[in-house]
Amino acid sequence: MMWWRKFEERLFYVLMIFSTASLVILLLVILLSIFLKGVPYLSWEMVSQTPKGGYYFGREGGILNAIVGSLYLSAGAVFLALVFSLPLALAMNIHMRTYKRTLHVIRFVLDLLWGIPSIVYGAFGFTLMIYLGIKASLLAGIITVAIFILPIMVRAMDEVMKNVPVTLLESAFSLGSTRTEVAFKVMLRQTLPGIITAVLLAFGRGIGDVASVLFTTGYTDNIPTSLFQQTATLPLAVFFQLGSPIPEVQNRAYAAAVILTLIILIISIATRLLGRGYNKTRIN
Amino acid sequence: MEKSKISIRDLNLYFEKQHILKNVNIEIPENQVTVILGPSGCGKTTLMKTLNRLVDLHDNARFSGSILFEGIDILHPATDLVHIRQKMGLLSQRPTPLPMSIFGNVAYGLKLKGIRHKKNLAPLVEKYLREANLWEEVKDRLNDPAIRLSIGQQQRLCLARGLAVNPEIILADEPTSALDPISARIIENQFVELKKDYTIVLVTHVLRQARRIADYVVFMYLGDVVEQGPAEAFFNNPTQEKTKEYLGGAFN
Amino acid sequence: MATTITYYKLRKIKDRIVSGWVKTMVGLVLLLPVVIAISLLSKSWLILGHSGLSELLFSSVWRPLAGEFGFWPFIISSVWVTFLGLIFTAPICLLSAIYLTQYGSKRLLGMMQPVIDILAGIPSVIYGVWGILLIVPAVGSFLAPLLGIETSGFSILAGGFVLAVMLIPFILNILIEIFRTVPRDLFEASLSLGASKWHTIKHVLLGKTFPGIISAFGLGLSRAFGETIAVLMVVGNVVAIPKTIFDPGYPLPALIANNYGEMLSIPMFDSALMFAALLLMAIVILFNIFSRWAIIHFEKKQ
Repeated sequence: MMWWRKFEERLFYVLMIFSTASLVILLLVILLSIFLKGVPYLSWEMVSQTPKGGYYFGREGGILNAIVGSLYLSAGAVFLALVFSLPLALAMNIHMRTYKRTLHVIRFVLDLLWGIPSIVYGAFGFTLMIYLGIKASLLAGIITVAIFILPIMVRAMDEVMKNVPVTLLESAFSLGSTRTEVAFKVMLRQTLPGIITAVLLAFGRGIGDVASVLFTTGYTDNIPTSLFQQTATLPLAVFFQLGSPIPEVQNRAYAAAVILTLIILIISIATRLLGRGYNKTRIN
Repeated sequence: MEKSKISIRDLNLYFEKQHILKNVNIEIPENQVTVILGPSGCGKTTLMKTLNRLVDLHDNARFSGSILFEGIDILHPATDLVHIRQKMGLLSQRPTPLPMSIFGNVAYGLKLKGIRHKKNLAPLVEKYLREANLWEEVKDRLNDPAIRLSIGQQQRLCLARGLAVNPEIILADEPTSALDPISARIIENQFVELKKDYTIVLVTHVLRQARRIADYVVFMYLGDVVEQGPAEAFFNNPTQEKTKEYLGGAFN
Repeated sequence: MATTITYYKLRKIKDRIVSGWVKTMVGLVLLLPVVIAISLLSKSWLILGHSGLSELLFSSVWRPLAGEFGFWPFIISSVWVTFLGLIFTAPICLLSAIYLTQYGSKRLLGMMQPVIDILAGIPSVIYGVWGILLIVPAVGSFLAPLLGIETSGFSILAGGFVLAVMLIPFILNILIEIFRTVPRDLFEASLSLGASKWHTIKHVLLGKTFPGIISAFGLGLSRAFGETIAVLMVVGNVVAIPKTIFDPGYPLPALIANNYGEMLSIPMFDSALMFAALLLMAIVILFNIFSRWAIIHFEKKQ
């Protein structure tokens, strides 16, 4: 059955090439269909104005509310998550370095948290919101998204910090540094590019998610001026406006999709450049 | 007998179930170069890292016994490690510059001591770079990242950084093993120079290096201290069979 | 000297405070899943007392206004969509992971990594838009007529297909990691015995990494089960047990997303949706634990 084996090998080889090529093709098809549909509706008016006459029925205006809202929301969430995740990642790799068991548990819990769907975070955020007595608002959205991106951020930082050579920490300790000083003066500097990458990654996750903010941010035509006001976001703008029966409103959804995709692409490229870029005082 | 700076008494150390240091007793004399000698894997490096408790950074190290330094037991759980470590500068096998500029590396330890402003830092940084015999080579590029220096220069930078903390003891763990012969000699000479102000403990497996600079020698083999004594006696009249074999090159 | 000592004390105090802060963070994060679970559970207590677990899970009558909450149609829809997604994605992921790690050059893998990363980074809502633009019409006006079936295109099949594409980067990345851990000499041993490359891959590589592959798909499954928006946008959202893959479905996450907030006025409905979220979390965590256990087991064997 030699011919069969030869045939099988060739067949699978072709299939493998086809599969690999399909990844590129899929990406191109997705990007193209989003861009071809949405780019024609991109205009100065679209990105510089808020919707006029209600986001669901109004034919005029643009999606500035969603663009600014998304940036506020993600930046706020990333900042809040950073306050929690940076010390956690540092603690895991300096203070608790020798507690292997505890570390296993923490990493396991973080991975579980990472796996929980964002809709569950959305539901949790909603109950939390009611419990704390805040209404649907930018703040509620920021808290929910921060919880949702926290495990992503910590694990991404942890991966970088785990690989810092122990000799570097040793030499910092041998100079008489406290753990806090090793963490914030040495570890932080050494892993700065990795930390920025983690932040960008989390930002990308945060800005693109619908399910976690669906119940917590509300939606409005206006740009929020305080944390306690409702806010629009880009993914919500896509989701809500696509459901409208009015073509002009749908067009705004497609335009929002293009802008969201562009933001994600920019983040992706920035991450890549940063990974390649070399921090000048960093020790290899 | 000279005054001893550090007394190691009945030190035993385990990693998991491995018995790394077996009942080690050493008196390290003040203002001398003590060389801990032995083939690789004999526990020299671990011993060194026990002296400033860097073993704490590694998993599952358990130890018993005591290491007395200025009347404090270094191994006691309540010992202030930051204090102890500032009294002992460490020079490791490969240079480990911190992710900062040349100036920043030396200033790091000074800043830990509370010296803040650049105008206070600069003269001290110069002083310690001179002590490590590096000043002339780097004085025009103090703000360059430390990583741009050659390996030999990096090692001297690490020495300067260690000295800046104002230690009484210098621990050096095969500090020349990654260096070219000329850089290695510079470091060695520096040690001889420095011993009038510091107590130096040097770990090495290079016999010739030990002969060149040792005042007191501790020979270790598989976690045991086989023999120790003043360098003269150790090299000329070893008492143990193992030592004779080692000096005769049996392990190389 | 006096200033030095006080500064030293200051440093120690700072270290104490920061260490305390840092340890509190650790505690908080460890508590987070428990807090989430408890808050969802306490909210779903009402419905559990009202209907009982087995009725909730296995009844297919969904009439919230009449107080009847059977989740069976939603569970079935979720299972269908997830299952289809995995079926579609499995061959693509396996074949490309093998090609990229065993046949392709390092450079090719390096070039493909950004492609995979961007696919992974595209937000769910964008996949949804793409599904509406391309997949739904493809199913509705091309594939179904070809088979003589009438459908709007908003169907389990469309959901499964969009989901499959979203799963590719997620599963592929894990598979690439796993295939990389197989030692080269094992491979070379088999090749030197005269086995062909494909034969070696089939028997040595896949055999050796089988638990890893299972857990990769297990993790993919738990990701798929919770995917909300993209699936919601193309799956039709009709409450009925789907009979074929061309019927519309209504998966669990979509149920929560479509109704939450608006139904606050009916406490029982509110509680039912919280129960759905709890159920979702339980299923996802279960599969996660199982997959991670498998992968740890696999790493130990290596």
